[in-house]
Amino acid sequence: MDKNISFTLKIWRQNGPKEQGHFDTFQMKDIPGDTSFLEMLDILNEQLIEEGKEPVVFDHDCREGICGMCSLYINGHPHGPATGATTCQLYMRRFNDGDVITVEPWRSAGFPVIKDLMVDRSAYDKIMQAGGYISIRTGAPQDANAILIPKPIADEAMDAASCIGCGACVAACKNGSAMLFVSAKVSQLNLLPQGKPEALRRAKAMISKMDELGFGNCTNTRACEAECPKNVSISNIARLNRDFIKAKLKD
Amino acid sequence: MATKIIDSKIPEGPIAEKWTNYKAHQKLVNPANKRRLDIIVVGTGLAGASAAASLGEMGFRVFNFCIQDSPRRAHSIAAQGGINAAKNYQNDGDSIYRLFYDTVKGGDYRAREANVYRLAEVSNNIIDQCVAQGVPFAREYGGLLANRSFGGAQVSRTFYAKGQTGQQLLLGAYSALSRQVGAGTVKLYTRYEMEDVVIIDGRARGIIAKNLVTGKLERFAAHAVVIATGGYGNTYFLSTNAMACNCSAAMACYRKGAWFANPAYVQIHPTCIPVHGDKQSKLTLMSESLRNDGRIWVPKKLEDAKALQAGTKKGSDIPEEDRDYYLERRYPAFGNLVPRDVASRAAKERCDHGFGVNNTGLAVFLDFSESIERLGLDVVRQRYGNLFDMYEEITDVNPGELANEINGVKYYNPMMIYPAIHYTMGGIWVDYELQTSIKGLFAIGECNFSDHGANRLGASALMQGLADGYFVLPYTIQNYLADQITVPRFSTDLPEFAEAEKAVQAKIDHLMGIQGKRSVDSIHKELGHIMWEYVGMGRTEAGLKTALTKLKEIRKEFETNLFIPGKKEGMNVELDKAIRLNDFITMGELIAYDALNRNESCGGHFREEYQTEEGEAKRDDANYFYVSCWEYQGSDDKAPVLYKEPLVYEAIKVQTRNYKS
Amino acid sequence: MWLSNSSIGRKVVMSVTGIALVLFLTFHMLMNLVALFSAEGYNMVCEFLGTNWYALLGTLALAALFVIHIIYAFWLTMMNRAARGSERYAVSVKPKTVEWASQNMLALGVIVILGLALHLFNFWYNMMFAELIGNPLMGGLSATDGYGYIVETFSNPVFFILYIVWLCALWFHLTHGFWSAMQTLGWNNTIWINRWKCISNIYSTVIVLGFMLVAVVFFVKNL
Repeated sequence: MDKNISFTLKIWRQNGPKEQGHFDTFQMKDIPGDTSFLEMLDILNEQLIEEGKEPVVFDHDCREGICGMCSLYINGHPHGPATGATTCQLYMRRFNDGDVITVEPWRSAGFPVIKDLMVDRSAYDKIMQAGGYISIRTGAPQDANAILIPKPIADEAMDAASCIGCGACVAACKNGSAMLFVSAKVSQLNLLPQGKPEALRRAKAMISKMDELGFGNCTNTRACEAECPKNVSISNIARLNRDFIKAKLKD
Repeated sequence: MATKIIDSKIPEGPIAEKWTNYKAHQKLVNPANKRRLDIIVVGTGLAGASAAASLGEMGFRVFNFCIQDSPRRAHSIAAQGGINAAKNYQNDGDSIYRLFYDTVKGGDYRAREANVYRLAEVSNNIIDQCVAQGVPFAREYGGLLANRSFGGAQVSRTFYAKGQTGQQLLLGAYSALSRQVGAGTVKLYTRYEMEDVVIIDGRARGIIAKNLVTGKLERFAAHAVVIATGGYGNTYFLSTNAMACNCSAAMACYRKGAWFANPAYVQIHPTCIPVHGDKQSKLTLMSESLRNDGRIWVPKKLEDAKALQAGTKKGSDIPEEDRDYYLERRYPAFGNLVPRDVASRAAKERCDHGFGVNNTGLAVFLDFSESIERLGLDVVRQRYGNLFDMYEEITDVNPGELANEINGVKYYNPMMIYPAIHYTMGGIWVDYELQTSIKGLFAIGECNFSDHGANRLGASALMQGLADGYFVLPYTIQNYLADQITVPRFSTDLPEFAEAEKAVQAKIDHLMGIQGKRSVDSIHKELGHIMWEYVGMGRTEAGLKTALTKLKEIRKEFETNLFIPGKKEGMNVELDKAIRLNDFITMGELIAYDALNRNESCGGHFREEYQTEEGEAKRDDANYFYVSCWEYQGSDDKAPVLYKEPLVYEAIKVQTRNYKS
Repeated sequence: MWLSNSSIGRKVVMSVTGIALVLFLTFHMLMNLVALFSAEGYNMVCEFLGTNWYALLGTLALAALFVIHIIYAFWLTMMNRAARGSERYAVSVKPKTVEWASQNMLALGVIVILGLALHLFNFWYNMMFAELIGNPLMGGLSATDGYGYIVETFSNPVFFILYIVWLCALWFHLTHGFWSAMQTLGWNNTIWINRWKCISNIYSTVIVLGFMLVAVVFFVKNL
């Protein structure tokens, strides 16, 4: 059985995108180690409600590491100190008695704060709308086995497709660059034969939208890859660069 | 009992030709008119996103609403195992009929035949569609699609993308949706929650939605409304559903007159990580595939169970001869691979007798010692490594770790599992066209009731969501809209809109005004306890009556002692949760009413009075071979009225499910 | 123009100019090594790269590369700071796999520029520039006596230390810059990333050691 721990929580509070934010400090007592980080915040919120105060707002949904909704910057890491896991998969046994745990929202111009720890990631949707798809009409395709796809290609596409769109890459990047996210989607689609006809157009359209939305320029620090909860590789960024350059040279 | 002629609009002809006939004779809307027709789609999961994308592409003007910050977060994303289709790529004798048959049988003969056949028929198109969208399904070295087998079938018909099939299918639908949003045919509203449906002259003509960021109520008008808002599993508080999953949209439709069908059919998944404490917020599912190589057991001796509960013994301390592999004992033919409902009930039965193995006494072991010894740890890890890691992250126990050796037999750490609420087969009643009992209001995906009967087979939920959204609704909704082409767009200033908004606002004001002492979650937890205790895996008449009484008390507590901090203006997460809880309580009552009415055991509904001598479910086809349709009576205090849609089986002979031999 | 109005385009400019500068450094380092063997040989090279049209053209091109590389560096950094938003993290930890150099390329670049300025003052100003303005003896030695200037510069311990610091910064700058350029140009994948990093480290080390060797030898000679 895990032991209980007590610690200090420093949590960012901010009322709206334009408001001035600040840290609130809370003492948490006797939290069991098998409590997930978000459940720990639930406990805090229950306490706050009991005191008649407003609970801390944070994004969360599936709580099993796949929806990409949770988005906390904990002690200097997006999704906290664990690797290959989202915030909701982080358990309190990772922390020690007496720790100070600082919780901040994603900080990036592309992701303005909505309230407290909740940020607006609709920019990702807009990038997707610019070209993150294969143009196929409902009901129009041929038989699923008509085009053979070698297993290594399918597997590579799957690895790229495992991105959950949480935004940790942007949060981790000192340049606020969304390249890992964009490249994962472009790679998935451009690797597959079904996505090839639009490959170059897709790379251009998605990059142009990404730039327009104010994300930074990738300088290959690899922080995104290190913090990605799904271990998406920057080799996808290289592929995106390649396709983009190819597209521009063709023009 | 009220009588009402229920027309489910099943087309004429032999089962295999019904859908073809329907499509050949249905009314269509020409392209010029499509532009003049608006459709609201609420929800962006597999069903909602695929429907919105398809309708937008066809030329309708679509408004699509999403409760999360992006359509990609919808809970369809969490489905792990796969999606069924009758492709017969494995040459193992699969066919549309076989998929149809397995689904009806798996549903314990409580599904509507014609709907299920259509589902099986379009299942193949789904795979084609998804592959064309760039969904990276698993492949064989030759480049062909790979398949795996799943519970309830004798063929390999499940397509998968690692353990993230739901995610990949949803991202496929999301990309199709994104394409339409980019093209301007679909207008997407994120962080919006539907609060009510607006009815004008008996037809659904719009919704009232709450902007969750600004807190404002907004009105939206359309020629038809489609809800694709998922199931009601969170009524039980703890479930494998995501935190935002709720039944408020369905309840709003129900309160406006849409019938709610078969609410008692709730699926309980046998392999979840057990509840670890009262602070827990949700349950995590471990893939059903674990049962292929894991053996489920509890101790034979009660004193061993007591020692496990007290923490003085570990699972690996108990030698082989003192272990009771109860599924293998009770179901020699299927063993650990019995369907979900059977496995779940068997676990509960053992725990009820005091053989539970964790501190709460509500867990059983899933043990890999035998398979690790037989196959080697490497092979077992190849198959289940990611699940082992996930289990270790959550519980701090590594199931692949050698823990003990007794008399030369090696024992590895067993996993602890327990059943949890996972999926709801019941939902808003729909006819063959997926139209509810309110004209112009459609329900698709998990939020309707139509295809799974009393129990859903693994890998069928994804199939149904996408079938409805891509291939069924876009056809059937035209049959309705063809009559609407002369109807101009509605103004949201109409009194019906004003009235609906006023009612929602009044509800919000009321909730904010209670100013009691208890948080939403504390009341929701209590609701969950009652539901799990009395309306869970094993139900009795007395228990259900108690539940109804207790639910009344919960409602009273909610109405008088609720506390919501903050203001009603702007973002208020607690307020949003309170609105949902209000509906969960109504939903809980509805489940209890239906469970009480259905004096038989079938699929996910198990009434302890109705079982065989061996403890198996006993159906009563003579008296309960119907779909229960519940109609709201104008107030949450009044009991709903039941209508029956008789089930007519033409193609399949109704039999008893047998997993023993 | 995509080289200025797209993020990847801007990075391509950084990469291409960066690689060109690396090639220049390689040539320069090789040239310096000549000084270790023969003073006359070295001075012959200096004379060859004097005020001839091709040398001038080369210098101009080189200057353009530097200027573009530097302007883009500042431009990108400004954009990236803006993209980062106005609020900074209170706690920020560098993940293990992130190289220190990769996050400090601008600072390293500034050190490199300062070193370059010193270098131009020590050598180019007295040599090519002196010849250009028709005052070949401006620095006290003949404008083509590169060897003499090497001896003079590295006999000064202050200059020697500054050059060593400069070269260290250059090493850090190159180790990241080299593979990063390949990544930006799209010539990378999961296998090549380790190869490029290895090549990048070896190549940078060889270049920087080559420069250092000359500095150290002449410093020690004049002790």
